[in-house]
Amino acid sequence: MSDNELMVDARGVRKWFGSNEVLKSISLTIPRGEVLSLLGPSGSGKSTFLRCINHLESIDGGRIYVDDELIGYKQRGDKIHEMKPREIAKQRRKIGMVFQRFNLFPHMTALGNIIDAPIGVNGESKSEATAHARELLERVGLADKADAYPAQLSGGQQQRVAIARALAMKPKLMLFDEPTSALDPELVGDVLDVMRDLAKSGMTMIVVTHEIGFSREVADRMVFMDGGVVVEAGAPRDVLDNPQHPRTQAFLESVL
Amino acid sequence: MTADVERSTDDDVVAIPLRHPWRWVAAAAVIVVLGLLFNSLWNNENIQKQYIWQFIFDPRILKGVWITLAVTIISMVIATILAIILAIMRMSSNPVLRGVSFLYIWFFRGTPLLVQIVFWGYLGLLYKQISLGVPLTDFHIFAVDTNTLIPAFVGGVIALSLNEAAYAAEIVRAGLLSIDHGQREAAYSLGMGPGYTLRRIVLPQSMKVIIPPMGNETISMLKNTSLLAVVAVPELYTASSQISSGNLRQVELLIVASLWYLFITSVLSVPQFYLERHYARGNSRELPPTPFQQLKRAVARMRGRADNRRIAAKAHEEVGA
Repeated sequence: MSDNELMVDARGVRKWFGSNEVLKSISLTIPRGEVLSLLGPSGSGKSTFLRCINHLESIDGGRIYVDDELIGYKQRGDKIHEMKPREIAKQRRKIGMVFQRFNLFPHMTALGNIIDAPIGVNGESKSEATAHARELLERVGLADKADAYPAQLSGGQQQRVAIARALAMKPKLMLFDEPTSALDPELVGDVLDVMRDLAKSGMTMIVVTHEIGFSREVADRMVFMDGGVVVEAGAPRDVLDNPQHPRTQAFLESVL
Repeated sequence: MTADVERSTDDDVVAIPLRHPWRWVAAAAVIVVLGLLFNSLWNNENIQKQYIWQFIFDPRILKGVWITLAVTIISMVIATILAIILAIMRMSSNPVLRGVSFLYIWFFRGTPLLVQIVFWGYLGLLYKQISLGVPLTDFHIFAVDTNTLIPAFVGGVIALSLNEAAYAAEIVRAGLLSIDHGQREAAYSLGMGPGYTLRRIVLPQSMKVIIPPMGNETISMLKNTSLLAVVAVPELYTASSQISSGNLRQVELLIVASLWYLFITSVLSVPQFYLERHYARGNSRELPPTPFQQLKRAVARMRGRADNRRIAAKAHEEVGA
């Protein structure tokens, strides 16, 4: 599809909240098909970085390319211009995102949540979108919950519907922002199973998570962030079992 | 089933329900007071009831009812559309739009409705003609007399809807603010634009916050239409006072008008109830019951209490014997 084997190419990304620099020149590349796990204490900037990738947060420095496209801005000569909301919306269609608090639309059924964007945004026909949505519900193990409203579903079920909703847009990249942090422990497994299957299917994924076991098993690479910088990156086994940096060591000791 | 899983009835709570004598006393006292009040009105020889029955379906009154209903509905529709625009302007990142919306709300909430109604009635004094042409020149495509273009009915509707929009804008804004920011983020992450997100995601959810106060506003609007009497719109109150100025039966005709206002208020609360039910979808695990379902449940509850009391009394008698 593309001669570039990189799905995400972040170069020197900087981000300020007021006078607080939350991302201090983050450079990261993610090849197509890779599952990257982002680890770090709260306030380390990992969620902010994730939200910059689909331009939910604008960046103050550097560049982010997804699928060879500069995100949120247009380059003309040596000047860059802000994009129109419609153009940003178009870029986001190929980037799925799953939130910590699910953010399902409570006034729509599970099926309604999944088919709304494909119909309203991508212009799919209702029957086409519904058929695809039912496949996705089947895939996340909720075929019987199509007509349930989010309030009638458990947290784990809601999160699986949210994953199906993101997948319905046929994204090339999936971002997961602490997808299991708001769940009761016994519901985490079902969500991780769905994510594991998704990883096996070859989806490029960036996962912010504290699920060390999941990262060890599923992630191709692990990045440890702290204080707005990438402290350490490598194969999960290396980072987890043999951390080189004292901050990584301290963090892992506190969570394991 | 084996014997040991069978439910034992020995330790069931068969208490006699507590009686509440003071509830009965309070209810009786209130009913007596109400009865006396009703009697003083019903048997008041200064109120000639036959006039009420004579005029309640009088064609002039019925026409007034229709005009009142039309003014209420048209004004509320215009006000709601304006209110959504004003609320969005108020939350916009454009400081001019924000400022204009603020000034609009400040002005129309800050001056009395009666003054605004009279003002629109006197618009002909301010602008003799309304014309479409090139500003600051004498070139006109068309020009009409202000009083022809804006008859009293239209002036009244303009006054009521512009005033109502200022209040409704704040209600809509409160509704929009009540939606968690995560909803917008989820919509944006799916590639929805700001307009689509507002229409499909944010506004439908705000409805459950917006509708109850808007129901209030509709009822206020219904009653405020009576202020149009000052610009001679022949709505319900004007019609009744015109009749009473002829036959001097003021109180009876006020009762006629009030009965109609009460009737319309009751009728308007029905669509409100079903609108609220509609937008409560997915909000709670169960939709609120319709009045008929509520009545059925209330009857069942009372029957249950009576049954309980009988069963308990019987059980205790048996124990005593």
